[in-house]
Amino acid sequence: MVAAAGLRVVRCGGSPLHGARAVFSADARFLLCTAGDFVKVYSAATEELVRLLRGHGGLVTGVGLNPHNRLQLYSCSLDGSIKLWDFTDGILIKTFTVGYKLLALYALDSCEDSVFVIIPKRGERDTFQLVSVKLTKTTGQDVEAKEFSVVLEGVDASPKCTAFGREGEYVASAKNFHLQVYFFKRKQLNRFSLRATNAKGGNNLFTCVACHPKEDCIATGHADGKIRLWRNFYHNKEYVFSTMHWHHDRVMDLSFSIEGTSLLSGGVEAVLVQWHNGSDCKKDFLPRLGSAIEYISVSSDGTLYCTLHTDNRITIINSNLRFSKSIQGLIRARDVKTGLVVDPRTKALVLNGEAGHLQFYCLQSDKQLYSLDIVQQEYIQQEGLNQTDLVKVAFSAQGKWLATVEEREEEPDLELHLKLWFFDEETQSFKLNTQISMPHDDHITAMCFRDMDELEDDSLILVTAGKDCLFKVWVILEDTDPEAQQSLSWSCDFVGSYHNYQATNCCFSEDGSLLAVSFEETVTVWDSSTWDLKCTFCHPPGKIRDICFGRLTCSKYLIGATDHGFLCCWNLLSCALEWSAHLNVVILQPDPLSEHIAAVSWLSKESSLFVFKPNEPRPICIQRNLCKEKIQFAAFVPRDVPETVGSEKYIWLRRSQLYFLTDAQELMTFSTKSPEERLTVSSKQLAVEESLPVTPFSLLLGKHRHQQSQGDIDLTKVVRNHHEQDSPAVKELLHTPAHVLPSASFLCPIFINSLLISKEKKSAEEVADEVEMESEEAEEDSDEEKDVTEMEQENIKSMDLLEERTCKLSKAEEKELRKVRKMDYSWISAF
Amino acid sequence: MASYKPVVVPAVPRLGEKVTQDTLYWQGYKTPVQIKEFGAVNKIDFSPVPPYNYAVTASSRIHIYGRYSQEPIKTFSRFKDAAYCATYRDDGQLLVAGSEEGSIRLFDISGKAPLRQFDGHAKAVHVVGFLADKYRIFSGGDDYSSNLWDIPSAAEIVSYTEHTDYVRCGCASKLNGDVFITGSYDHTVKVFDARAKSSVMTIEHGHPVESVLLFPSGGLLVSAGGRYVKVWDVLKGGQLLVSLKNHHKTVTCLCLNSSGQRLLSGSLDRHVKIYSTTSYKVVHSFNYATSILSLALSPEDETIVVGMTNGVLNVKHRKPEESKEKSQKKRQPAYRTYVKGRNYMPKQEDFFVSKPGKCVLRKYDKLLKGFQSSKALDAVLEPHIRLYTPEVTVAVMQELNRRGTLRSALAGRDEKQISLLLTFVTRRVIEPRFTPILVTVADMITDIYQPVLGQSAVVDKQFLRLQEAIGREIDYQEELLEVLGMMDALFATLTKKKATYLEEKKSNGLTKTLDQDTCN
Repeated sequence: MVAAAGLRVVRCGGSPLHGARAVFSADARFLLCTAGDFVKVYSAATEELVRLLRGHGGLVTGVGLNPHNRLQLYSCSLDGSIKLWDFTDGILIKTFTVGYKLLALYALDSCEDSVFVIIPKRGERDTFQLVSVKLTKTTGQDVEAKEFSVVLEGVDASPKCTAFGREGEYVASAKNFHLQVYFFKRKQLNRFSLRATNAKGGNNLFTCVACHPKEDCIATGHADGKIRLWRNFYHNKEYVFSTMHWHHDRVMDLSFSIEGTSLLSGGVEAVLVQWHNGSDCKKDFLPRLGSAIEYISVSSDGTLYCTLHTDNRITIINSNLRFSKSIQGLIRARDVKTGLVVDPRTKALVLNGEAGHLQFYCLQSDKQLYSLDIVQQEYIQQEGLNQTDLVKVAFSAQGKWLATVEEREEEPDLELHLKLWFFDEETQSFKLNTQISMPHDDHITAMCFRDMDELEDDSLILVTAGKDCLFKVWVILEDTDPEAQQSLSWSCDFVGSYHNYQATNCCFSEDGSLLAVSFEETVTVWDSSTWDLKCTFCHPPGKIRDICFGRLTCSKYLIGATDHGFLCCWNLLSCALEWSAHLNVVILQPDPLSEHIAAVSWLSKESSLFVFKPNEPRPICIQRNLCKEKIQFAAFVPRDVPETVGSEKYIWLRRSQLYFLTDAQELMTFSTKSPEERLTVSSKQLAVEESLPVTPFSLLLGKHRHQQSQGDIDLTKVVRNHHEQDSPAVKELLHTPAHVLPSASFLCPIFINSLLISKEKKSAEEVADEVEMESEEAEEDSDEEKDVTEMEQENIKSMDLLEERTCKLSKAEEKELRKVRKMDYSWISAF
Repeated sequence: MASYKPVVVPAVPRLGEKVTQDTLYWQGYKTPVQIKEFGAVNKIDFSPVPPYNYAVTASSRIHIYGRYSQEPIKTFSRFKDAAYCATYRDDGQLLVAGSEEGSIRLFDISGKAPLRQFDGHAKAVHVVGFLADKYRIFSGGDDYSSNLWDIPSAAEIVSYTEHTDYVRCGCASKLNGDVFITGSYDHTVKVFDARAKSSVMTIEHGHPVESVLLFPSGGLLVSAGGRYVKVWDVLKGGQLLVSLKNHHKTVTCLCLNSSGQRLLSGSLDRHVKIYSTTSYKVVHSFNYATSILSLALSPEDETIVVGMTNGVLNVKHRKPEESKEKSQKKRQPAYRTYVKGRNYMPKQEDFFVSKPGKCVLRKYDKLLKGFQSSKALDAVLEPHIRLYTPEVTVAVMQELNRRGTLRSALAGRDEKQISLLLTFVTRRVIEPRFTPILVTVADMITDIYQPVLGQSAVVDKQFLRLQEAIGREIDYQEELLEVLGMMDALFATLTKKKATYLEEKKSNGLTKTLDQDTCN
């Protein structure tokens, strides 16, 4: 099926959404926002991603509706092109090549066939200018747009610092401590300046500008949290401004409502403030939006507001300041410390999310499943505060228990909490079971559960390793008192140390009989039933950075990576070094379902991946130059359906998929499929009518209809024609007034004859029957699929994916696939 | 959308005894009523029918008390010498008692003279009882025999002389009218069947048996003797189920509560212990003034009556459970609003919208929500919070510290407030759970109010007190560390891995001297 195509690195989530202000479509049904190199079209009603507009070769920096056709969208990008899209169908209409980096785009009603963009000034660094670009109406897909005129010099690069006034009469732009207003008709430029700091020590730096849609009024936000409303700015001297102050830190964005009666402002406090009638006294708040507000936009009918946040979340808010929806993919955490962990229950990726929360991110649907509040404290958004951070997360083998470690570092002392959460089947969420304050005297460096599938509860052991030179073993205690509120709780069972070295890593062997704990340069192996030290390994010089046990056939090996650039493999039976390799390994990640171990190295500013089996030092697969950024974490996620991998080299991708997170918090994965194939599959997925959520039922129905329509396109025509032919007789019968009609006995044979089908058309009729038969078969197929409805959506999608592939396959392969599918069914029903 | 998250007050496990459901239940008795009897109370038996009078056998009399009466409502005193073991029949109509002279007398509750007298025992009869068929009586005497009597004819049916010592306790099966059990000072418990010529089962208790008890189901037998209470499985042929040793003197009496869930045992060590019959763990215990000889519990556990060696009868009545109802009544809204919407039956097509519960915030939480840190600190320094729930005060201080506003909240206070704060800190800083944050608070207070030191005598005094408290605590900790060091030394000599331990010590010492060298 798939030829041994090369392995490609594919970005699969976490692309920054906050490149530019989001735009609502004219009817407020869609929300258009930039996401990395793409423009995403979301349904405002269902939060579903409807279209993904791809085509730009660089970061998309601005989007704007075409003022002359509200169903079209302009987008500009750092690749120097402006593209015109039909966003409802996801079609690229035109590409205008400008040739400069485009940093912002403004499309105005008043300007015929030209848009305003911000471009860097030629020859000068960090100087930008606002120019108007004429978009020629010539036919053809790719058009050169070299004809542009400079409107303003020395503008700020940020799209927030430039705004167009009432009916495009003037443009206001702020940079540093200056505000300049340019009137198009009078060709007059007014400059207003503020002192750098005011008497009270506030910082007067301009951060954003917004213009009143009806009146001549400009609102500016400042770095000290003030908002100034400027009026009467036609005159260079007689201008007036009023000040409003609520934000305690930098005003991130400002936006007027459609009628201009209220002004919306947002900042790092994560509070959306609505100021009424431009006065300081009357304001409404929508607090606790999660994270700092980056952009605010208002729909053209004024019913919806939308805020884009720094953590890649989009919040849709009703005009009465009621929270409506939030669109969240991979939430960008301040600092990912937990690493990538896979929840065994949902197969979701678990990592730091919102401050103090743990996000469960569904990989298949690129959505956040839910966010678990771990810290359970009010989050105070203020710079310089030591926030409580979630640093370690571990799941037990079946996802029944979750252990989390949170820490807060106040200069002299450290606050540490180890929390154990139990999955409550009734409420389908994690419930706090035990909280241990200060489990260690210093930072916890590693934590792991003993992974034993069969003996889940009794033998469940948690091990934590800390910088206080100890590792501690925690076990479940059962309270035998039947009246006790909570029968299970955790307590410390064993404390181990080794020559007062800091414990850095811990790891259980696959069968749970051995525990390996690394103490700086030494790896110690402990018997997990008696807690006796069995043996020690070390590979001096160099401290141990990461350790893991081999799995399945390679369970007798222990792999360790040192920070002196060595990867070592020790044999646990002979207690000797089996092999070692010179490799600066950053991440060591074993695949839970196979013997393979992935090691990511970081050398000379590029990351490389090495996949190997512990029993042979030669790697199976080497992938150099994964990405420019440093890779922070990696995780193997088990696949629902084992993938058929053509090449022997990529056999390790068969049962699970490797995801990794870069420094920029972008989630990447590997794909063996060619880009076209991926595209078609995803575009098919996206082509769901009316942006309805993809339910199993809708997919079922859609397929059914599709099959039917394929068969009888031409046949229906024939039948219809046939009906049209004898319609005169029937028409005559129906339209003649009753009192002039002949007797019914006379009309009856004519009418019946008209319904009969003549002999030469019979064949067509038979074919139609066959079509019906076919559709019945399809129904049977769908019956078969009813069993599957319990499945989660993502499964359905993958099923669908399979289904579509069968169209291209030969019959033998099709049969094989069917078998595979059948097998899966049994597995699902057991679920 | 998240809402405001209130300050989490960390829960600390309460030291001391755990308050369980059982302690609450068994503490729910009024202060006891003491009644003086003429001699040691050897038996108390409750009438099985309302109004649950109880017969108390002491000296040569049998007194019958009503539920709340402090004076006997009836007395049977036709005994020349001591009477023993007055026991009611199932229907509460008849009463049987043994006596020192060896005769057994049967009384009608309403009459005075005995209805029947059974003579046959050569020595004192310490145990008598009715069989479940109501027409027969079993007895055990100091002449080592256990007899069975027919009530109508007043004649002996059968006499078993299998025990080899005094028979001092016994009970009859409630299910089988032919089975009764006696326990003797020969360390055995014997099960007799009236239909058989000899005992059907012998259980070796191991100590002189003072009391036996059969569970209502008849499957489990409890025997008490010596310091032990032993539970036997009769259906498994008298297998020992569990042996309880919770008293430190002889256990004299046993009793089950009305539900059969709890077993009570009274002992000469002045304690009554209550066991759970599922786990056989002590769930509660009562303390009495003198050694206990007899114990009885009325139906529904309304009354606990304990008889002692000095002839005092201790009666405890259960507290009526009214207080709860009263408080509930107070909270009930008016009938009109109460009924409103409640009697509406939702139809099938109705869409049920649940109303979210209103979250009530504490005062300090409300102030913290509005970022009013100074006022929030004031709120938790109110006397009732500061004195009774210091953990709340400390939690709010912690929260303020986390928000970085603790310093400003502590600043700008007058003399009275500072001295109040300092008193709190002085008192609580030595509690380990509060220490980390209160040290920070003390640091900040000294920092902030250093310039005004010496202006107020009250505040200066408080500062001195704080210093004193901390000095004392440091001394104490030093002492503790010394003890710990001594213990370490002791343990080090005890462990087998002595060699390695010494080596470690040596290396540490070496590095230390090296450090010193470098320092020098």
